[in-house]
Amino acid sequence: MVDTGARLLVVDDNKVNRLLLARNLEAQGHHVELAENGRVALAMLRASSFDLVLLDIEMPEMDGFQVLEELKTDAHLSDVPVIVTSAVEGVDNVVRCIELGAEDYLSKPVNPVLLKARIGAGLVKKQLRDQQRELVRRFATSAVADDMEHSGFALGGRHVRATVMFSDIRGFTSLVEAGTPDEIITLLNDYYVLMFDAIGGQGGVVNQMIGDGLMAVFGAPLALPDSDGAAVRAALDMIAMVHTFNIDRAAAGQATIQIGIGIATGDVIAGYTGTQQRATYTCIGDTVNRAARLEAHTKVAQRWILIDGAVRDALGDGFQITSLGEEMFKGKSEPVRVFSVDG
Amino acid sequence: MGPIDLAVLDELREQVGAEFTIELIDTFLEETPGILSDLRSAAGIADADGYRRAAHSLKANGAMFGAAAFASLARDAELSGVHTDPDVSRSLLDAIDAAYAAAATCLQGIDRG
Repeated sequence: MVDTGARLLVVDDNKVNRLLLARNLEAQGHHVELAENGRVALAMLRASSFDLVLLDIEMPEMDGFQVLEELKTDAHLSDVPVIVTSAVEGVDNVVRCIELGAEDYLSKPVNPVLLKARIGAGLVKKQLRDQQRELVRRFATSAVADDMEHSGFALGGRHVRATVMFSDIRGFTSLVEAGTPDEIITLLNDYYVLMFDAIGGQGGVVNQMIGDGLMAVFGAPLALPDSDGAAVRAALDMIAMVHTFNIDRAAAGQATIQIGIGIATGDVIAGYTGTQQRATYTCIGDTVNRAARLEAHTKVAQRWILIDGAVRDALGDGFQITSLGEEMFKGKSEPVRVFSVDG
Repeated sequence: MGPIDLAVLDELREQVGAEFTIELIDTFLEETPGILSDLRSAAGIADADGYRRAAHSLKANGAMFGAAAFASLARDAELSGVHTDPDVSRSLLDAIDAAYAAAATCLQGIDRG
């Protein structure tokens, strides 16, 4: 339960009201701070964190409506639940408060039983929202979490130009057969930390992990200038990190690993797929298939990093690139220009 | 009914205790003359916001202590707004002052234990 011991801010220009509300709330076990108008309240909210605000409407300097408007547009404060406590008359005023984001409206004189119930409900909702945000950040990337926070969650997609990367560990099956379960999980976790670091460091987003393989996107859900260059730089960082990782593993008498990376650029359909209950942010389309085929082709071509013609054409100078000609990949009607990035 | 509905005061006492009720009454008695003066000043310069805000505060405080007649007159002022004819405003303001004086006398007579 979270309905006691919360930090509350009471905003009211009327001293008698402030005293009465504070008394009631303290009796319910909360810590209460007081502000005598909207301007003071906003300064206090920006200076330290509160679990909930009880807000009067009629106030000098800055009234409750103005406070609600300010809170709504402030990314750091828009989540603080606000319960309006007012003797302002007229349903339109109540509606205006709710439309401006107030959690609830209590008429003065405030009934203490109702006050307790509404504050309890407001705090529970806030706790659920905080937990939800924490969960989203744990299971989705921070880019996806930000996108969901700003645009809301909706199943459905949009066309975007993005660069897609696939990477996996070569010969992973034989590694699994040779190692203990703990060794394999530790290896994968260490490996993923390095890969996330390399990809995230260049603005990419890892959106799928399947066993030893991963898929990353550069340029969605947030646009990224030079997504091609970013993906290739990330791939080179990944190879360098695996090299260092292998030195440590070899010194410890452990098996080393090799990875292959395929990168393609083009139109993708990006969005949340799944059900309302369980969904994932993903990209689909020909570009994604091409990146997967290029990754698989690294074993045949005996190269670490393969890119398609679109990535090659978009890349600036500063990379060592070798043309490997055209390949007809399974399921493709058109041949794909294949290039190897060697440094 | 007198200027104060004692049932409302009893309810307040039950809610926050007798001692704190006295503290609230004292705060009300300290604060209200200033707000009444703000109301009159706002009427004098036709400051609609200030007038409405002061009347609103008086209404809320009056209702809290069961000063029904006083709260009702303050509500009239809040809803009607500042009047362009000073005589109309003056008669309402005088009535509010009188209702407050009666409520205050009654509240000052409350047993302070």
